[in-house]
Amino acid sequence: MAESSDNGPTVKTPFIGQSRLRVEDDRLLRGDARFVDDLDIPGALEVAFLRSQFAHARIDRIDIAAALESPGVVAVYDGNFVSGHIKPLLNAEELRVPPGIAALNPVNKLQPAPILATDEVNYVGQPVAMVIAESRYLAEDAVELIEVDYHELPAVMDPEAALLADAPLALLGEDNNVGVHVRHGVGDVDLALSSAAVVVEETFATQRYVCAPMEPRGLVARNDPFTEALTVWSTTQTPHRVRDHIAESIGISSDQVRVQSVDVGGGFGQKGILVVEELLIPFAARDLGRTVRWIADRYENLTADAHAREQIHHITLGADADGRLVAVRDNIIVNLGNRNMVGLVVPYNALCHLVGPYRAPNVDIETTGVLTNTTYTSPYRGAGRPEATFAMERAMDRLALELDLEPSELRRRNLITADEMPYRTGILDRRGVPQEYDSGDYPQMLDRAVEMIDLDSVRAAQATVSTGQSHDRSTTWRGIGFAMYLEMTGLGPFEGARAEVTPAGRIRLFTGAPSQGQGHRTVFPQILADALGVRPDQIDVVAGDTDTIPYGVGTIASRALVTAGNAAHQAGINLRARILEAAAEVLEANPADLDMADGIVSIAGSPSVELPLADLIRSIPKQLGGSGSDGLGETSYFQPPNYATASGVHAAVIDVEPSTGRVTIVDYVVVHEAGHIVNPMIADAQVVGGVGQGIGGILCEHMQYDDRGQPLASTFADYLMPVASMVPDIRMDEIVCPSPTNPLGVKGLGEGGAVGPPAAIANAVEDALRNAGRTDIVIASGPLSPSRVLDLLREERHPSP
Amino acid sequence: MTGTPSSVPGAISQAVPPPVSEPTARHQIRVTINGSDVAAEVESRLLLADFLRHRVGLTGTHLGCEQGSCGACTVLVDGAAVRSCLMLAPQVDGREIRTVESLAEPDGPLSVIQEAFTNQHGLQCGFCTPGFLCSLTAFAEEAEEDGRDISESDLDAQLDSSFCRCTGYVNIRRAAREAFGFDSGDTHG
Ligand code: FES
Ligand code: FES
Repeated sequence: MAESSDNGPTVKTPFIGQSRLRVEDDRLLRGDARFVDDLDIPGALEVAFLRSQFAHARIDRIDIAAALESPGVVAVYDGNFVSGHIKPLLNAEELRVPPGIAALNPVNKLQPAPILATDEVNYVGQPVAMVIAESRYLAEDAVELIEVDYHELPAVMDPEAALLADAPLALLGEDNNVGVHVRHGVGDVDLALSSAAVVVEETFATQRYVCAPMEPRGLVARNDPFTEALTVWSTTQTPHRVRDHIAESIGISSDQVRVQSVDVGGGFGQKGILVVEELLIPFAARDLGRTVRWIADRYENLTADAHAREQIHHITLGADADGRLVAVRDNIIVNLGNRNMVGLVVPYNALCHLVGPYRAPNVDIETTGVLTNTTYTSPYRGAGRPEATFAMERAMDRLALELDLEPSELRRRNLITADEMPYRTGILDRRGVPQEYDSGDYPQMLDRAVEMIDLDSVRAAQATVSTGQSHDRSTTWRGIGFAMYLEMTGLGPFEGARAEVTPAGRIRLFTGAPSQGQGHRTVFPQILADALGVRPDQIDVVAGDTDTIPYGVGTIASRALVTAGNAAHQAGINLRARILEAAAEVLEANPADLDMADGIVSIAGSPSVELPLADLIRSIPKQLGGSGSDGLGETSYFQPPNYATASGVHAAVIDVEPSTGRVTIVDYVVVHEAGHIVNPMIADAQVVGGVGQGIGGILCEHMQYDDRGQPLASTFADYLMPVASMVPDIRMDEIVCPSPTNPLGVKGLGEGGAVGPPAAIANAVEDALRNAGRTDIVIASGPLSPSRVLDLLREERHPSP
Repeated sequence: MTGTPSSVPGAISQAVPPPVSEPTARHQIRVTINGSDVAAEVESRLLLADFLRHRVGLTGTHLGCEQGSCGACTVLVDGAAVRSCLMLAPQVDGREIRTVESLAEPDGPLSVIQEAFTNQHGLQCGFCTPGFLCSLTAFAEEAEEDGRDISESDLDAQLDSSFCRCTGYVNIRRAAREAFGFDSGDTHG
């Protein structure tokens, strides 16, 4: 441990809490990273897919003969062939319904995805045939030669239209387009609304957008003739799940599959669910006895990988005359895409996070996941929370307007206080047990945010604004908006960590939770070093290699720090005890007299005796009369007993330029709470990274389809990503309410940053327009691109109420 | 051939040839890559990015869109920042290319810009990073050649040349400010 001994006794400074620079960076900065497409495997074949051009069609004929003759082609697979060898895809873990939720009688249809389409395609981008060739160029040449006769079928893209009785079926053979449905609440909403002093009823929607990590999905699979095992190098966020799925669907033992995460260029949820390509590539590697590589290009990433976020909320809030919420009702429509891939995950997350930090005695939320002829959807950073928060926080602003209250004041009146923690909401959480917030101080966060953003001076500046439409580019309208949210983090059921001493006397830490940029090689050693009595630079992390730890879940749902972090902590405590025990044998001392710092074992009172870990581990096999226990290693699995509930307030000050419709963020403040922070530099950057994605979502990103189901954004020229000049220097503050749910007192924060911006910025824009006299405009959805804002300004003024 | 081309003076490295079955016309090119002479046979349609990554083994240059939007593939061609997904390998015959691998000597210290990126935590997954590093390196060198001062707003505008999906750009901007001698605004010391 780091020690400081200014005067008096030595004080051990924990590594947890230090902003340590990242050990990952050097390789990445020098261009020495190893992303999947960087692996140099001689003779590796490359893959290109023929994908459906139709949103919904019957396949009458597929002819691969010409493609097989194309130069450099090694194999062409179609659906008829692979369906005999690979089981259809089901994301089984995500589709599981816990017993408590099952008691709510949900609909959760199991709709396995065909590995390659055989007789029906349900979205543009669906894989129809797979070409394997000596290079991607040659594979793409051959794809052009595959002939498919399609018979176009009626398609439906709009989720509400898909619910109408006469809507075309998005997936033939189903009774209707409902994939998921659940209704849940507490109290009596009808009764409460009938006596409420104020009721607001609005529709708010989040548009469809895409995780779009800079590195698209990809994998390389190699079948080793020596061990007859498959090695799969993958961009996945969940390597153990991928291992089990591959083994199960191609019918081999999970011992014959090794999935390894290498450097991964962002995931954000898109790489957290399993797709058919991840089964096809390993199958082909085995079938051909060759190494096979597939790296999605951006076109595939945008049009044929998972989309996210598209939800419509018909929300009603009722309050008493003081603005205290008496009832919340919401009817949520989630566009699932062409089939139910991940079940209740996003719809139920939206449901159980909707009310968030507020007290609401009567709640009734219905959520329906609808099939449409669009690509499938996955959780995306926040997984239902940004969408729910958009609806709830927009509605809170509308309620504040009705009551003529400052929006932050309305929020303050409704916040659950620190004294009420742990707080039970009266509804069931995603595990199907009573939802309980473990700790937090929402009023304090709000007070700090109001002060930091300087609400009073923004209001004073607004009082001087010139109203009415202006073509003078120097005219800007200022607005301020808030959004509050919470996030139940640290999803179970478990994560594991194995810590062991290497022959060189270093420590290696294995875990199932790989990094896609979160800095696990820096953060986990800070935790383990404290538990063990070594320095972080004596620890190497191997994350996401299924051969090094038998079980794992992965890095999704703001869970890695809570689950893998606590597993590493436990493994460290156990390994320390094991080391001291073994050292006691070697040194013929009492374990209680031993200590370890910097990886060197010492005996109290005998400063001349020092036993470095390298010497210790070397002596164990030769220790006559020793216990005979094997080397020095301990595995721990941590099962969180409850979610660790993190929370935040975002406050945005924006300027709208009425002549162009441009929205500029002038100031952006985040006050958040995520328990003890292991590495503040990395934690803050996780929040800011999420804010950047949220800003993209509300200001520019939009994955649209035309009415025949053609995606209108298939490159970054059409799918507008946020750039540096759109994101100001985010100002941050944090409070700490350690989580009682885990020994480290930590909470997850990977997703939180993305939850607040859409609501905070939309609230701020509406505030700006209202202050400039456009009281008629209600911002129902994003993205607030310049053209969209101009459209809003041009809209007919509704008569003022 | 894999890895950084040998820097033995006068040595010529040979790049991996096209697949035998590649149908497009082939060209013999000679190009200086990170200070080394490289001779290569390349097909007409080979992207410069693919040439660097898969024929020369310099995988530090990344592809994020292959269509000119994201900037991840940025390299320096005759000193200018170029998107290597928008250039074909035959076009670089006789030219001088530098990639992210050249910004620091393999065992030497990081460049000022690289160092600033780690100090300011300007990278998370690091996939976009080589593009930002090459773009900023070209930007700094061009300004120096022209004897031009770079203002903070010039620098901010330059950062819009690439996408980053992880960082929200704030720490990239701090890194750039540190590297170019402005106050970074860093709050973590
Ligand atoms: S890969 Fe070249 S600009 Fe995106
Ligand atoms: S650090 Fe991941 S894309 Fe920039």
